[in-house]
Amino acid sequence: MVDRSGTPLVELRDISIAFGGVKAVDHVSVDLFPGEVVGLLGHNGAGKSTLIKCLSGAYRQDTGDVYINGEKATINNPRDARRYNIETIYQTLALADNLDAASNLFLGREIVTPLGLVDESAMEAETRKVMGRLNPNFRKFNAPVSALSGGQRQSVAIARAVYFNARILIMDEPTAALGPAETQMVAEIIQELKKQGIGIFLIDHDVHSVKRLCDRAAVMKNGELVGVVDVDKVSTDDILAMIIAGKKPEHLAA
Amino acid sequence: MADTTGNSSATRTRKGLLDTLEVDTRLLGMIGAFVVLCLIFNFVTDARFLTPRNVFNLSIQTVSVALMATGMVFIIVTRHIDLSVGSLLATCSAVMAMTQTAILPDILGGLNHPMTAPLALVVGLVVGTAIGAFNGWLVGYLTIPAFIVTLGGLLVWRNVAWYLTNGQTIGPLDENFQLLGGINGTLGETASWVVGGIAVIAALLALASARRSKRAHDFPVKPLWAELVLGLVIAAAILGFVAVLNAYDVPQNRLERMFEARGEVMPEGYTEGYGIPYSVLLLILVAIVMTVVARKTRLGRYIFATGGNPDAAELSGINTRLLTVKVFAIMGFLCALSAAVASARLTFHSNDIGTLDELRVIAAAVIGGTALAGGIGTIYGAILGALIMQSLQSGMAMVGVDAPFQNIVVGGVLVLAVLIDILYRKRTGAK
Repeated sequence: MVDRSGTPLVELRDISIAFGGVKAVDHVSVDLFPGEVVGLLGHNGAGKSTLIKCLSGAYRQDTGDVYINGEKATINNPRDARRYNIETIYQTLALADNLDAASNLFLGREIVTPLGLVDESAMEAETRKVMGRLNPNFRKFNAPVSALSGGQRQSVAIARAVYFNARILIMDEPTAALGPAETQMVAEIIQELKKQGIGIFLIDHDVHSVKRLCDRAAVMKNGELVGVVDVDKVSTDDILAMIIAGKKPEHLAA
Repeated sequence: MADTTGNSSATRTRKGLLDTLEVDTRLLGMIGAFVVLCLIFNFVTDARFLTPRNVFNLSIQTVSVALMATGMVFIIVTRHIDLSVGSLLATCSAVMAMTQTAILPDILGGLNHPMTAPLALVVGLVVGTAIGAFNGWLVGYLTIPAFIVTLGGLLVWRNVAWYLTNGQTIGPLDENFQLLGGINGTLGETASWVVGGIAVIAALLALASARRSKRAHDFPVKPLWAELVLGLVIAAAILGFVAVLNAYDVPQNRLERMFEARGEVMPEGYTEGYGIPYSVLLLILVAIVMTVVARKTRLGRYIFATGGNPDAAELSGINTRLLTVKVFAIMGFLCALSAAVASARLTFHSNDIGTLDELRVIAAAVIGGTALAGGIGTIYGAILGALIMQSLQSGMAMVGVDAPFQNIVVGGVLVLAVLIDILYRKRTGAK
């Protein structure tokens, strides 16, 4: 069980953001504790991606605050988010297909020699280390990532997020494009990261995988938060009802 | 996905000779095509094609297009195009020509002042870089497609050059400036051998340091004999090239005039080879710098990453707009350098200098394996592409093929080269 007695790793307090007249996120508060996986669920357009982009630095909220380890954080762009050890694994993976795993892992944060030149050997050595931990079967260090399978590409994207001491990880539909074996691999990696005390926001459409991978699920509808529930205390039908009807289950409503 | 986990040392023995040497098969294919081309022309022209004299001419003719082609690689890799390079070359050439014939003689007092050539060159390089950066700003920050920006530039800069010179031929250029042209500026035999020797040592050291760095991180290295074979081939190629250039003798009457100018009498039977032209040396230097930029600097990384996936580059915190400005500024700088070489070779600036060069430059880059879809391309490929184009052109001229047929063949070869490239990529499974 996750210990929720201390200070939350992330607290999104009363976040609102509107585009023109549309309230994409309407006074939503969600928190995340170390070693916890919180699933974000909802229809397309429910506002879950928009909410999480306030944390990854892609958007700036109109009102409300982000607290990291109990302290107020200012996040204006993706680089600010990286400074708070927030890493994002995008649904598209955001990999440069023509470069190899090491180049992608260090993209924008290359290791350089004293002369200012890129230190390829050092980066490959580091990549071998981190991949050895995440995906020991990974061998294709010198091939462009376009030559990798979906699961291997996913593990490169995950490696990039965890290598730089991520404390907070945002995963946007990490298993959407994967087969069963690769989905299993992602599940194992999430378990491994949990053990290291990393907090994870998992955006997903699949209720079953949320129930399997997450500790809590936050359900959104029309920009509002329907509720945050312990996945062990509800059934998949309960969660579906929250997503579709926007109703919190009877036995938890009290 | 193919099974890659079984790639243990036991299966390594199946590797072929080329795999062991770890040479780029595509580079090998291009060199092969080039060699075949040379041998065919040599056969058809009764061994006139591969004489030292023709190799020398071929080298100095290739330099101008090859210089720009190295810059075009970066442009195309970042998914842009530059159609204005020929016109930009003309503008830079006009600026340098006017600077050294109309402006500097008044200031410095007289023609052929030692400072004329360097100053003119600097002015040209600054103008070229600035125009390139301006193009990059239009593309990167104002988001006008590069095709349109440079199509406009094709007209604009061609006619700016015309305006600057009133359409006149400007010449002769400064004597020191002409040293960049080729035949008027060469290293001579001894210095050429020294440069060749240094190049061989540098190449061997580079091989050794790459091996040491791999060893330090416990990565697999190729067998020592493979490394030695590679080193020998490289050394032989460098020294062979120097030997050929040195074998092209300066004509007797020209030597006599040189001795006369120094107030001496030429000894009986005296000969002297030209050696490496300064312009070729310049090209080699640019090739090395551009290759280092492409492979070993963050700038190069970001250029290739942006070409592979612009969104990913953006999300990784790369300023892709500024990157576009830098890439076009490099192109502008190289256009100016190329303008200096081209006008120095002619010994004057003419109104039509660099006409259709944009097509030659793009063709050289594409024949050299730069993918128009972005993300893929090499500097050495582009130079080899330029060399193949130039060989084809001057080989056919030598054989006596009619001018229209020459262009028809060159155009056909461009399309064919891209087709072969597509088939090669399909075969090897790369994108």
